[in-house]
Amino acid sequence: MSFLETRLLGVRYGGIRAVRDIDIKVEEGETVALIGANGAGKSSMLNAIAGVLPHTGKIYFNNADLTNKPVFDRVKLGISMVPEGRGVFGRLTVEENLLMGAYLGNSQQDQDADLKQMYEFFPRLKERRGQTGGTLSGGEQQMLAIARALMSRPKLLLLDEPSMGLAPIMVEKIFEVIRGVSKTGVTILLVEQNARLALESSERAYVMESGELSITGESSELLHSPKIRSSYLGEGD
Amino acid sequence: MDIFAQQVLNGLVLGSVYALVALGYTMVYGILGLINFAHGEVVMIGAMIALAVVSALLSVFPEMSPFLMIALAGTAAILVCMSLAFFIERLAYRPLRNAPRLAPLITAIGISILLQNIAMIIWGRKYKTVPQIFPTETFELFGANITSVQIFIITVSALLMAGLLVIVHFTKLGRAMRATSESQRVAGLMGINVNKIISVTFMIGAGLAAVAGILIAGNYSVAHYSMGFMLGLKAFTAAVLGGIGNLGGAVLGGLLLGLIESIGAGYIGDLTGGFLGSHYQDVFAFVVLIVVLVFRPTGIMGERVSERA
Ligand SMILES: Nc1ncnc2c1ncn2[C@@H]1O[C@H](COP(=O)(O)OP(=O)(O)OP(=O)(O)O)[C@@H](O)[C@H]1O
Ligand SMILES: [Mg+2]
Repeated sequence: MSFLETRLLGVRYGGIRAVRDIDIKVEEGETVALIGANGAGKSSMLNAIAGVLPHTGKIYFNNADLTNKPVFDRVKLGISMVPEGRGVFGRLTVEENLLMGAYLGNSQQDQDADLKQMYEFFPRLKERRGQTGGTLSGGEQQMLAIARALMSRPKLLLLDEPSMGLAPIMVEKIFEVIRGVSKTGVTILLVEQNARLALESSERAYVMESGELSITGESSELLHSPKIRSSYLGEGD
Repeated sequence: MDIFAQQVLNGLVLGSVYALVALGYTMVYGILGLINFAHGEVVMIGAMIALAVVSALLSVFPEMSPFLMIALAGTAAILVCMSLAFFIERLAYRPLRNAPRLAPLITAIGISILLQNIAMIIWGRKYKTVPQIFPTETFELFGANITSVQIFIITVSALLMAGLLVIVHFTKLGRAMRATSESQRVAGLMGINVNKIISVTFMIGAGLAAVAGILIAGNYSVAHYSMGFMLGLKAFTAAVLGGIGNLGGAVLGGLLLGLIESIGAGYIGDLTGGFLGSHYQDVFAFVVLIVVLVFRPTGIMGERVSERA
């Protein structure tokens, strides 16, 4: 069995079927991209895997059946998500937000070391450590959300549009961090509007269309596929 | 004796009890957006349990030290109230977590009536006199008289409030409570067991309510199955006055309301030319409630921190 596997994963909102019986597989250590148009069902997919959305079908992670596990148990097993829209705690300080990421434990030393590491990745957060999350700029909040997700030392990182609202230089910076995290062996499932960036930063990719998978394959090949180029990379024929 | 100083002192004593109760309202509101109208009854149950324990101890061990006695009675009351709150949340409110807001509100009122009636069946309809286990001494302070009971009330309340603020602002549990009150969904993603945090919040509020019940019964030397009703409404008013959802606001609102009531009751006779007497004391809380709701529904400290989306 793969490290992460969904079988006939489905999500519906009332009558809308946002995710329709999807099977995906992610191997340990891989970075896999999930791309698709607005409303394709990417966020619903990630939320179902993280456990914040009820779903049908099965999800297996690291040989455990996640299907009926509440979200906090999934975090315990090593899943961490940066939600779409960041989900920074506006009334907690930057440092408190980061510490929330380490809620489930690790020793004090590990926690201090991780905090230091995050401040090295994102010096801006260090400058703002005593400020409340709500007063950060959008880009700073995005950095905070990613750093917070890393504080739990996840085995699987679910990223929902990490580049959203960021200036190009920050996007570069964030993807540098993501690639660095991937090098340490963390498995990553990446949802990204910027399809080129997503394909360049991943080994494999799934393309979603109206709740279903349309294309899957090696990212390097998809980068050159005519269909992908015209529909997702904004390049005419 | 300086009458004004005396009213201020009495107001602070009363206000610190309101504050303890208001904290329970505001914590639950902060985390669930629910006004737990059964909270006043938890105060009453606390007072009744403590009274029962003290009476039993007095009849069996009349020589027991009053401090040990109040410690035992307080522990029993706190444990009972915490369990009660745990079950109320678990059985009555949790199933309605996603229901329209009116449903849990009506349930809360129902629980409140239920608890009053249970208490009436157990402890009867009569006012119960609280035995004076502490020798009452009176001291002078800034021209006002302060009794040992009043000193006890202010000290205990201040310690509990300080303890709560420390827990909420400087511990991991407190961080989790604040995170949960901002977003249950994101708190879950941090690995927080949101349901557990909600239970704990209810239980902390109930512990404070139990102590408040004991203090208020000690202050007036009387307990009654309906005593939680008015007290609950006033503490709710205090929470709204301070800004519901805000802990510092609950403390401030409680103290202010105590002062307004006490000073108001002291002078209402003069102000109305003797038409209204000091037994109209209860009017003030509701005048305050209406004024706040009309002119500043977010309360004194209830200003939303600037939050960017
Ligand atoms: N809470 C909800 N209630 C009803 N419908 C919803 C809800 N959330 C999402 N949907 C619908 O489900 C579909 C998939 O939404 P989802 O957020 O998963 O898309 P997405 O691929 O992440 O899109 P985007 O790229 O715009 O973020 C959309 O049609 C959306 O309108
Ligand atoms: Mg999305």
